[in-house]
Amino acid sequence: MYTTDLSGKDKKQPAPQTVEDPALLAAFEARVANDEFIEPKDWMPEAYRRTLVRQISQHAHSEIVGMLPEGNWITRAPSLRRKAILLAKVQDEGGHGLYLYSAAETLGTSREQMIEALHSGKAKYSTIFNYPTLTWADIGAIGWLVDGAAIMNQVPLQRTSYGPYARAMVRVCKEESFHQRQGYELTMALCAGSKEQKRMAQDALNRWWWPSLMMFGPPDDKSPNTEQSIRWRIKRETNDELRQKFVDVTVPQAEAIGLTVPDAALRWNEARGHYDFGEIDWEEFYAVVRGEGQVAKERMQARVKAWEDGAWVRDAAAAHAAKRAAAKIAAE
Amino acid sequence: MTKAEVSAYATRLGDDALILGQRLSEWCGHAPTIEVDLSLANLALDLIGQATHFLGVAGDSDQLAFHRDALDFSNCLLVEQPNGDFAQTIARQFLFSTFQELHLQALTSSKDERLAAIAAKAVKEVAYHRQLASDWVVRLGDGTEESKTRIEAALDWMWRFVDELFEMDELEMKLAKERVGVDKSTLRVEWDRRVDAVLAEGTLARPAPRRPVLGGRRGHHTEHLGHLLSQMQFLQRAYPGAVW
Repeated sequence: MYTTDLSGKDKKQPAPQTVEDPALLAAFEARVANDEFIEPKDWMPEAYRRTLVRQISQHAHSEIVGMLPEGNWITRAPSLRRKAILLAKVQDEGGHGLYLYSAAETLGTSREQMIEALHSGKAKYSTIFNYPTLTWADIGAIGWLVDGAAIMNQVPLQRTSYGPYARAMVRVCKEESFHQRQGYELTMALCAGSKEQKRMAQDALNRWWWPSLMMFGPPDDKSPNTEQSIRWRIKRETNDELRQKFVDVTVPQAEAIGLTVPDAALRWNEARGHYDFGEIDWEEFYAVVRGEGQVAKERMQARVKAWEDGAWVRDAAAAHAAKRAAAKIAAE
Repeated sequence: MTKAEVSAYATRLGDDALILGQRLSEWCGHAPTIEVDLSLANLALDLIGQATHFLGVAGDSDQLAFHRDALDFSNCLLVEQPNGDFAQTIARQFLFSTFQELHLQALTSSKDERLAAIAAKAVKEVAYHRQLASDWVVRLGDGTEESKTRIEAALDWMWRFVDELFEMDELEMKLAKERVGVDKSTLRVEWDRRVDAVLAEGTLARPAPRRPVLGGRRGHHTEHLGHLLSQMQFLQRAYPGAVW
């Protein structure tokens, strides 16, 4: 899954400006412009480090919070095959969260600090996970649309300038592309099924379509950090470019299985060679970013509960490891 | 042996795996660390795979999983117990996986080729489950005061369901005699040895013997199974005949 680009938010509280050594900065910019990877021990401007920590940790949080809406259906999956697929998929998301936290840790922020920022509401995660999963068809829609949108966002990140992030993305993208196909296949099965199953599939598309388009973040003219991020190869395509790509790919997939995209303004524009589509409800997007999504409170409550309930387990593991280490030293 | 006898035996094996897999899958997204979340999901996946194979010997595995009522489920009572806190989940896993590994190991020499093949694949998975659960029993036992109290309480809570694991009835005696099934009562000595070794490493006392709770193999379950099934079977029940 993917984190919505929320970079506009930080403009309200500008980070302290660090004066960078011009020679180091010029050398860094030249390496990035030359498409070289920046590695953890390399010199990097503070603003680059900060932007990456924010982006990678948001991405990691999104993977972890993203386990909840789908996890909601694991115990109710309608066949053993579907149960195994869904469980493996949600497990993959947890794995992505793990590599992403590790990638962010190479920039000098600990996993605990990042998790603390998530739980306190300081760090954001993708708005998409603050929508509820109401029927089994939502599991298809999430794989097909949400993972589909994630792939659009992440494929370019395999060439992002920060080495550990780029390498994590290579593995993540392979798995996401599998999830996208599984989600579409689940939706196809519903569309080939009974009237009730088809209704479920259409209803899921109706509810997930617009939030999926919002996953690409605000329109380019309202995304102030895009230019800098593109120059630093942290981003490689703009929000609007990626969103258009997603619409162009997804509309024919919906039509192929007899589903209707819930947008009266949607039509093929021969001259542009793209679909035109309706206006996104940005008021809703910003409301969800502010934490007013339908199940935002439940999602955070579940994460905090898991963390707090697990505290004694983590403490026990640490205490045991310390005892073992002490015993080993004593024996040497 | 008859086909019906082998089916009934395979159903017991499949139901144990299915119900425990279902229970473990409830943890997904809620575990104490991401690493633990991934490992519990792995266990659940292995068990659901085993259930699919064992129930497949008895018939259509989805039909069996989603369309039977509690009276027709023949899993042991231990696996249907709620997750509780992490200590209870680990205690349940440790007691069951230690047994399941021994059972499957013996089943690899079954005269029924299908059962032997499934057991050969599954026993490798279960060896890992047993290792994982044992490591956690040691960590919790020899961790903090709180973790020790919790794992002791959890083992004590689960202990009344242990004897049922080794229970033999007429069906299983017959299949064991024909070398299709396993005489589970012969596994107890080794189970005791393995469990005691882990408990000792975790500085834990073995719970005192108690009157066993039995009945799972005959369809007489604890109150928890009905709720588990009502959730697991919901879609199949709400949309009869639908293909997913």
